[in-house]
Amino acid sequence: MTQFVFDPTKVMDIDFTKRTEYLEGLEAIKAAHKVLKEITFTPSLPDKGYNNRSLYVNVGTLEVKEKPVTQQMKDVFIGGRGFGLWHLWNAVKPTTRWNDPENEIIISPGPVAGITQYAGTGKSLVVSLSPQTDIPIDSNVGGYFGPLLKFSGFDALEIQGKSECDVIVFIDGQKGIIRIEEAPQDPVDSHVLAEVLTHMYAENQADMVNISVVCTGAAAEHSLVGMLNFSWWDLRRGCIRLKQAGRGGIGTVFRNKKIRAIVCRGPQVKGDLNHVADFETIAKTGIKYHKEIRTNDPYQCMMRRNGTAHIVEIMDAYDLLPTHNFQYGSHPDTHKIDSAYWQSRCTQKTVDGCWYGCSMACAKGADGLVVKTGPYKGHTVTVDGPEYENAAGLGSNCGVFDPDYLLELNFYCDTYGICTITYGTLCAFVMECYQRGILNKERTGGLDMTWGNAEDDLEMMHQMARGEGFGVIAGQGVKKMKELFIKNGWGDPQLINDIGMENKGLEYSQYLSKESLAQQGGYALTNKGPQHDEAWLIFMDMVNKQLPTFEAKAEALYYFPLFRTWFGLNGFCKLPWNDVVPSNNAQQPEAHKIPEHVQNYVDIFSATTGIKIDKDELIHQSAKVYNFQRVFNIRMGKGLRKDDHAPFRSLGPVTSEEYLSRQERYDKQIAEEMKLDPTAMTLEEKMAAHRSWRQGRYEQLTDAVYKRRGWTPNGVPTLERLKELGLDVFPEVVDVVKLHL
Amino acid sequence: MIQVNGDGMEWQDGLTVRGVLVYRNFRFPLLIITVNGELIQPKAYDTTLVPDEAEVQVIHLMSGG
Ligand code: SF4
Repeated sequence: MTQFVFDPTKVMDIDFTKRTEYLEGLEAIKAAHKVLKEITFTPSLPDKGYNNRSLYVNVGTLEVKEKPVTQQMKDVFIGGRGFGLWHLWNAVKPTTRWNDPENEIIISPGPVAGITQYAGTGKSLVVSLSPQTDIPIDSNVGGYFGPLLKFSGFDALEIQGKSECDVIVFIDGQKGIIRIEEAPQDPVDSHVLAEVLTHMYAENQADMVNISVVCTGAAAEHSLVGMLNFSWWDLRRGCIRLKQAGRGGIGTVFRNKKIRAIVCRGPQVKGDLNHVADFETIAKTGIKYHKEIRTNDPYQCMMRRNGTAHIVEIMDAYDLLPTHNFQYGSHPDTHKIDSAYWQSRCTQKTVDGCWYGCSMACAKGADGLVVKTGPYKGHTVTVDGPEYENAAGLGSNCGVFDPDYLLELNFYCDTYGICTITYGTLCAFVMECYQRGILNKERTGGLDMTWGNAEDDLEMMHQMARGEGFGVIAGQGVKKMKELFIKNGWGDPQLINDIGMENKGLEYSQYLSKESLAQQGGYALTNKGPQHDEAWLIFMDMVNKQLPTFEAKAEALYYFPLFRTWFGLNGFCKLPWNDVVPSNNAQQPEAHKIPEHVQNYVDIFSATTGIKIDKDELIHQSAKVYNFQRVFNIRMGKGLRKDDHAPFRSLGPVTSEEYLSRQERYDKQIAEEMKLDPTAMTLEEKMAAHRSWRQGRYEQLTDAVYKRRGWTPNGVPTLERLKELGLDVFPEVVDVVKLHL
Repeated sequence: MIQVNGDGMEWQDGLTVRGVLVYRNFRFPLLIITVNGELIQPKAYDTTLVPDEAEVQVIHLMSGG
């Protein structure tokens, strides 16, 4: 097993307090701010996890108001993603698109968010209509903003409208003030802007920890793949840190509304600001879990040392690490970017949690990076991560195995406001197109997009931020690039469609799904698109062989997406659920669900809200929101079977090189699964056989999953299912479904 | 011959649970291993012998994702 013993002598000696500062122009930037609107409100603390009000801000009309959070909202939508979807449903029409003023960005943390006694309880969910998919996107993010918003008095923040000038929305939860300020001279990129605004709005050094900034960067203005950074003040390092709401282009919506930043100043966080129903249970559950982390993490995933990058070499060993645009699952150079390297490169002198009380503390930081290119060339910066997705997406998937370049790509993605997962997949697509002659230097404006050419990869990113050249085309994302390349006649349309790794317009995240049918569904049979946060079933399916039938896979694709949806309703981070397990987990029934942790979640929800639930009710809560989101997609003109199709690269080998690289495996499947004789077939015949077998299985899986979810063969929730879930009380929801039955 | 997660694997004298993991390149740290239905604790991977014809289950918990 891959267990590196932590060796402190291998950790690089890097001063984690040293970095370039950006405060020189602070006073002038502040002086240029002009108050456009100011209102006062009465700050409050939640009662049993809820404030029972949300905040609505229209940056176009400057309307600012409180809205009640009704009992029905809490019963049906719980909070977090549920509240986001409900507010968005009420704000938009079926014809609304991402750049219309009525589109909203909703940030909601959920009732449990902000407790400090258990690990991973500081998450916010961000919901908006996506510029990439034209349907609701939800993105889960750490940092302090969500809990500070809640402890200022609001269960959600709804932002609507479009401003004519750059604005900052400031919520002061200590003084009870909300201001919309014109911000004409503020810096653009996140690592600078978040630092400047933290200093600007904190009243003194001790107040820094009470500030969180939501912002994006230059690339969000010129691309569809912009993300949002959520900051927190890292006391030990003495700097701001960033976590990302990455997927689906919410940063692009943010800049389209001309929002420069949203800043929350909350109260000093302490003990029980959620005023939970049963503090003792929460404290007891937390103590038990912290002990488990301390005892087991050093022998299990080593999250505290490595963060999520601990799985880089594991994915490589199981042929699952996406390499060269998801063609292959491993690479001889993976050792250069594996967890042993990141363990030595990331600062180990400090505990890195993205919210108070997270003993898993996986938010590693690589300090002291001296930037080699672009506008921050020569600056010394701290890079958050790299997380697994960044190492795989920006690294192996693009053939970049130089860790310093990888960190620089990660840094620029973050500060420019680009989703690292999306960028990794779109750049890998560009590189494969370049390799196959679909693109060339003339078409890329001189960029040499050979695998592993990190310098031109970075230049493409700088172009995206400057709004110039081929970077602007790349910044439209894989779906629009495919359409453009096909329209221009630059290559075989089928090949371009096969290798462009997107579904519903969203780029795939960084796991190879070819040999796991369940994961193919885990990616494409999703609400928002192929992000692994709905279901990650590769081991269960491909390695453990626990899902031998379509029905078994469908059951997993019923349970896990619902279980994981629940984290986003409440403000939980997914990682503490299954990146450490209790010592006696193996002896428990359904050990793969980590039953003790599931019970912890049930107990914490009940103890926070005072509403007693069990593990079945937990799934039922999620099912309401999950099915509501499906209906929302249908209302927006998507969400049907045709929208759940997967690109063939995610299902099997597209090219002869891919086939030949794993010929033994594929030939064996032809003999054993398809009952054909591979020795009597040409390579083309074998590839054609795989295509039809794999596509056929995917369709069979789709049938089984829809049936298990209570949907029609076209993917529409039935009226019976809506009734079971209590969603039939919303006539508009029923009307949408009726049109498709 | 033994079965590991349903796949055949050559058996040899002295084969331990650790030997199965190394042979299959099962490097993931969160595993539940049974040999003929009997749960093997991690500390016994090096010393537990796997008999011929054994049914070995190496369940990888999810992590990742
Ligand atoms: S496990 Fe990591 S990402 Fe999750 S809350 Fe803790 S530090 Fe943040």
